[in-house]
Amino acid sequence: MIQETGRNAPSREVLEKIFRTAWKIRVFETEGIKLYRQGLIRGYFHPYLGQEGIATGVCAGLKEGDYIASTHRGHGHCIAWGADVKKMVAELLQKETGYCKGYGGSMHIADISVGNLGANGIVGAGIPLGVGAALANQIRGSDAVTVTFTSDGASNNGTFMESLNLAAIWDLNFILVIENNQYAVSTSIGESTRETDLYKRGTAIGVESHLVDGNDPVAVYELTRQAAETCRKGKGPVLIEARTYRHMGHHVNDPGKYMPEDKLAYYKARDPVDRARAAFRDMGVATEAEIAAIEAEVSKEFEDAVAFSMASGEVTPAQFREFAVGY
Amino acid sequence: MRELMYREALREALDEEMARDPTVFIIGEGIAERGGSYKVTEGLLAKYGPKRVRDTPIAEAGMIGVGVGAAIAGARPVVEILYIDFAMLGMDMIVNQAAKFRLMTGGEGRVPFVMRTQGGAGGGVAAQHSQSLEALFYHIPGLRVVMPSTPADAKGLLKYALRQPDPVMFLEHKHLYMTKGMVPDGEHIVEFGRGVIRRAGDDVTIVAWSNMMPRALEAAEILAQQGISAEVIDPRTLVPLDQDMILTSVAKTRRAVIVQEAVRRGGVASDIASIIQEQAFWDLDAPVEIVAGLNIPIPFNLTLEKASVPQVPDIVAAARKSLHLGPLAQAAE
Repeated sequence: MIQETGRNAPSREVLEKIFRTAWKIRVFETEGIKLYRQGLIRGYFHPYLGQEGIATGVCAGLKEGDYIASTHRGHGHCIAWGADVKKMVAELLQKETGYCKGYGGSMHIADISVGNLGANGIVGAGIPLGVGAALANQIRGSDAVTVTFTSDGASNNGTFMESLNLAAIWDLNFILVIENNQYAVSTSIGESTRETDLYKRGTAIGVESHLVDGNDPVAVYELTRQAAETCRKGKGPVLIEARTYRHMGHHVNDPGKYMPEDKLAYYKARDPVDRARAAFRDMGVATEAEIAAIEAEVSKEFEDAVAFSMASGEVTPAQFREFAVGY
Repeated sequence: MRELMYREALREALDEEMARDPTVFIIGEGIAERGGSYKVTEGLLAKYGPKRVRDTPIAEAGMIGVGVGAAIAGARPVVEILYIDFAMLGMDMIVNQAAKFRLMTGGEGRVPFVMRTQGGAGGGVAAQHSQSLEALFYHIPGLRVVMPSTPADAKGLLKYALRQPDPVMFLEHKHLYMTKGMVPDGEHIVEFGRGVIRRAGDDVTIVAWSNMMPRALEAAEILAQQGISAEVIDPRTLVPLDQDMILTSVAKTRRAVIVQEAVRRGGVASDIASIIQEQAFWDLDAPVEIVAGLNIPIPFNLTLEKASVPQVPDIVAAARKSLHLGPLAQAAE
């Protein structure tokens, strides 16, 4: 079922958090792409632009002590989970002060200490890993919920059904969020599957399943909050299909020419960051001055992160060789 | 010391570690009520309950991945894969996830994941249930590769696997489950990376593991009757490998024969041979001999199956060759 926005207005605190997070992701990706184009960030950079509403809404609906697993398009999930932007930028710039000391890069940022199981360079791989964390928590007697962010692309991988089915037979506290951005790299959803309502795959194996507008962060938040409660009552797992669209190609160097302009315009008119801002302003009764102050703070945070990263060193080959001993 | 079967020793290890650490759990096909195809997990469901001993659907990629995820999240999973051949369905989780997580997280994340499985030819179970695939895992940095040949090692190595921090490919052999051996009483732990000299000798070093170990010992006995003293080394773990033990032995005997059931091409034996030639070239009096399986899938026909993997006379002949002695094949037969 489609979840409607605004039935239960979230608290002002939550609305502020949602806006701040969505904006932070927007700034991180926009400014990060600039660094990439300057040649300062190497390797792959898969922007989350256009999908901010999902990570933002989902993470706002979880609690401390919960777990997330992410994808190759993972910066947004990290930020929404409260990651330190300094350590993220440092990682992208290959610095030893980065989350992974520059060993991981954009596709592998993880922080186990706060339940972030990590981004993943293999599409679909985060699903069994997330189910595994949920299983570990069930065995430990914890009521923590694990969310795996995945995609329409991953939904046609074998791990999708294998893992969701395991979560179902074991009643795990697991939420699978399909970010349906309607492309697997460049192949459209219609070319990838006959049934494009992906949430139906959950109902087919007895998993409570929902469809939500992924560009509506407040709706995503509300649905996730309910899904997490369902899990904590022992009635998990839950599947959420959040429909969205990328603002550009698969990665920074993909112009995305295969994305029809009218469709892109449709989704840009429903921009999740604009909607987060509007929700904070209208439902949270925030002034333009408050909004501007948050935006300035976030920009400053990113600038500081770049300065911090630029001043940081890199792991040396000698240190690396030492790390390699016995690996 | 008590005499136990290999499978009983494995069960004891699981039982003791589950009693010691509440985060140890086991998942796999038919391992709960049925107790596993090789009866290794028999009785553990009754003792530890359905939360910690769970049957899975036939979904190897899923169950291996779930094990890896649970390990990342701090539990101690044991995933039993019925045949090593079936582990191929879960290779992404082993190779791209478990093995790389520590590096990708800058050393912060660890994956204390144990995959128990069994391989090897025997009994006519044909091409997709008979392989020896240790070289695939040996090749991947980050994995520990364990291949016990005796009940005592099966127990001690499995207990160690459940206390160390890295992903372990615990590779048993289908022919060894019913074999018996003495197992020390009380806490018995065997650290990784420490080989054992199964038989001391002076004339030739034979390195063998898993089900090739009993064959190497049989070959050594035959060689002894011919006046040749073979030293038989069981590395027990291939990663980490006890290079020192092998090199020390080769320095003494000046000859090496490496025996693996796996196919010859791209095998662990080739790598051990390269280590010996690199580190001990001037100790050698003869080329390093490798006795290995044929470069072909295992056939169903029992005679052909036997012909596809090393037998005792093959090991004897290789040892004699390294001593520049004729095959004596006619005499032996």
